[in-house]
Amino acid sequence: MAAPTKDTEVGVPPAAAGRFAAFTRRMPSSTLGKHALTLLVAFVVVVLVLELTGPFRNSQFATMAYYGIAAAGLTVLTGVNGQISLGHGALMAVGAYTTGLMLAAEIPLLVTMLGAMAVTAAVGAVVGVAAARLHGPYLAGATLALAVGLPGLAIYFDHWLGGEQGMRIPSPQMPAWFSDAIYFLSATEASSAKYLAYIGWVTLLVVLFLLANLMAGRTGRVWRAVRDDEVAAELAGIPLGKVRVLAFVVSAACAGIAGAVLGIVVRLAAPSGFTIVLSLGLLTAVVVGGLGSLVGALLGSALLVFLPPFVTNVGTDIGLDNTQAAQLAPFVYGAVLVLVMLLAPSGAVGVLKKLLKKLWIGRSTRRTG
Amino acid sequence: MQQFLNVTLTGLGQGAIYAAFALALVLIWRSTRIVNFAQGAMAMFTTYLALTVIEAGQSYWVGLIVALAGGLLMGAVVERLVIRPVEGGPELNAVIVTLGLFVAIQALAAILFGSTFKSFPAPFDLRGFTVGEVNIAFTPNSIYVILAVVVVMVALVALFRFTDLGLKMRAAAFSQEVSRLLGVRVGRMLTLGWALAAVVGSLAGLLIAGGSLVYPAYMDGVVVFGFVAATLGGLDSPGGAVVGGLSIGLLLSYVSGYLGSELVALAALAILVAVLLVRPQGIFAKAAARRV
Amino acid sequence: MSTLQISGLTAAYGPVTALDGVDVTAAKGQITAVLGANGAGKTTLLRTISGLVRPTSGTVSLDGNDLTAAPAETIALAGIAHVPEGRGVITELTVEENLRLGALLGSARKRTDGSLDMVYDLFPPLAERRKRDAHTLSGGERQMLVIGRALLSGPEVLLLDEPSLGLAPRIVAQIFGLLRDLVDRDGVTVLLVEQNARSALSIADIGIVLNLGKVVARDDAAVLAADDGLRHAYLGF
Repeated sequence: MAAPTKDTEVGVPPAAAGRFAAFTRRMPSSTLGKHALTLLVAFVVVVLVLELTGPFRNSQFATMAYYGIAAAGLTVLTGVNGQISLGHGALMAVGAYTTGLMLAAEIPLLVTMLGAMAVTAAVGAVVGVAAARLHGPYLAGATLALAVGLPGLAIYFDHWLGGEQGMRIPSPQMPAWFSDAIYFLSATEASSAKYLAYIGWVTLLVVLFLLANLMAGRTGRVWRAVRDDEVAAELAGIPLGKVRVLAFVVSAACAGIAGAVLGIVVRLAAPSGFTIVLSLGLLTAVVVGGLGSLVGALLGSALLVFLPPFVTNVGTDIGLDNTQAAQLAPFVYGAVLVLVMLLAPSGAVGVLKKLLKKLWIGRSTRRTG
Repeated sequence: MQQFLNVTLTGLGQGAIYAAFALALVLIWRSTRIVNFAQGAMAMFTTYLALTVIEAGQSYWVGLIVALAGGLLMGAVVERLVIRPVEGGPELNAVIVTLGLFVAIQALAAILFGSTFKSFPAPFDLRGFTVGEVNIAFTPNSIYVILAVVVVMVALVALFRFTDLGLKMRAAAFSQEVSRLLGVRVGRMLTLGWALAAVVGSLAGLLIAGGSLVYPAYMDGVVVFGFVAATLGGLDSPGGAVVGGLSIGLLLSYVSGYLGSELVALAALAILVAVLLVRPQGIFAKAAARRV
Repeated sequence: MSTLQISGLTAAYGPVTALDGVDVTAAKGQITAVLGANGAGKTTLLRTISGLVRPTSGTVSLDGNDLTAAPAETIALAGIAHVPEGRGVITELTVEENLRLGALLGSARKRTDGSLDMVYDLFPPLAERRKRDAHTLSGGERQMLVIGRALLSGPEVLLLDEPSLGLAPRIVAQIFGLLRDLVDRDGVTVLLVEQNARSALSIADIGIVLNLGKVVARDDAAVLAADDGLRHAYLGF
């Protein structure tokens, strides 16, 4: 199922991902150093891409950034720890609303983002405690209820959270040093879309870096152990409940940060923006990319951003009106979810790995974080 | 007092529908150990089929038949095409497949039928009966809803208890291998089970829509409520699903009537979590421990 | 007449070969006992015959009709009744419902009239418990239930997997006596898998010894029972 990602006309995110994978394979030194080097290279790639593309693409990349952060968090939970969540859209809502409230109180952006992360992580801890005792369909049903139920709070507390109409989120001011730096780099004035894209991607890279280290270390091994065989893990002295809750908290923290970035990029937090379709879109991203792979999550989030315009164009070309064409994207998400599960349950990264294995028989292929 | 009565009566009517929907989930769970999260979307789709027929000038009853027949066909096709390959595999895969169907069917409905709100006719009067001086929230249509659900339940009980086909379906659900050794065509029984469940789900979708508005996402909440009801009843027990459905209908009606309708889904979540943590095997299940 | 013919049957679970070119002929009106230690491939042999396991090569045929590639349901309809070891009772159904499933197969095969009385006469304890859920039955009653259910299907061939497992000697003797009657009276073909070689050979006509998936001995039951070397090497008595 790598085909849909190939169809996205912008070749950069897969290329960046490819480099990411290539570097994680070639670096023999310490994991931390390897990841740090990857981070640095990825940052250079991001700067190049953002400088070489216009405001429209910049804002698309900003969107991809928050999808990427949330998907990375979800892949930790679902892929690495084996817990499904249909509630990550709702957790993003928590992050976005927190961001709106804090920015309205003129709290600095960085503090706000950390605040959104903390608040969402706290909500995630509560959900995680309940979730830790559930599995499979029960967990899916409970988190589905969360996704359907939580936006109701924004309507219930409408005087405070803006009700159906949503809450406007003040856009953060671009600092002078940023526009100076951009002018120095590319001799152009920095647009606000570019500023938001930088915020998004720097945040995304930091999140990916931290998660990659977490997954490569003891915590990741324990998460995988619990996913693969909980009885064996328990016999080995791993406290199942704590481990699951921790995975949920980390994952929710990512969703909170993603919500914060979404808030400042979209400048609005409204219940209609956090429907079950968002949660299922995130699930599509991690499933299509390949469960448990951060590169896969990145590929999947690229799909979420670049597929809809493409599919919608196809829709209008074959004679659908605009509202109908807009529904083609979720239709494709759903169909792709089903097809991936039937044809290639390991996702795009899994298929790529299989191809690589065939190409280089005998060469050891490592799990890339 | 009058409000309490009205909220209770509304809750019973809603509860009957949730019971039917929960029953559909239980039918599928028992035979294939899959929770069909696409059940609501499938019911929504067949309700739109009925609406199309009704808008073309046919009666409500023709629409009903079209919806139920559509459900039968859709359930069978879905089981054969996309569920069969993931049956018996990792449970996460089946969950993801039904979620994919959920999104795809909902989007398809929006493309085919539009995303706007459309009103769906009710076959009977929607004005409440008057008792003495007071007008209560119990209508001829409520009677129809409850009767329809009761008829379906009785028919299902009769099928499973007293017919050879029902016996084979139960055998196939409980033990595929032994059933095959006894010449039962297990694959056919599972397909039939999904088809029947989809019929019951379609009926629930149609009853919810009656006298109300339909749009592609109108069943999203019902999926949650039906799942909570089924879990409350133990997910394995048809009787439990019915009692669970009625309880959820009542509880949510009180939440909606006294706290606010926005909190209904959250209240359902709270009930679900409470049940799963306190009594994971469900309140009415006779089977011993279940892994949740 | 109803002869079950197995030739060159090979089956594997992944890399592990469970059956390796097994030839067995179970003749009509005879009890053929398949003996051997744990892991010799006895259960796999029955599961392959009844279509639950796909063989990698070889054939299974009943009266010359090839059933090798047929699904388990078709094989059951052809008249091969497999009574699996231990787990054959559907515990969520009542005793009567379990029996009805066998009778349904019998009437589908146009062999029986769907009446359960024959089994209730044969096994009175089942008649007393007909409305109970099958999970309330004891081990012996369960064994009666699965054998009775298989008889209701009016089988040509009965495949029995360890019918004596976990049962008191008195019940074993009763069940084996019943089998002998059935074979002598109705001409049913029986393929009996047993670890309890002594009692199996005492009622069987032909004995076959399996070891690590291969047939290592095949002779009249009485001859096998008298062969000390074979008994010590493979049968442990």
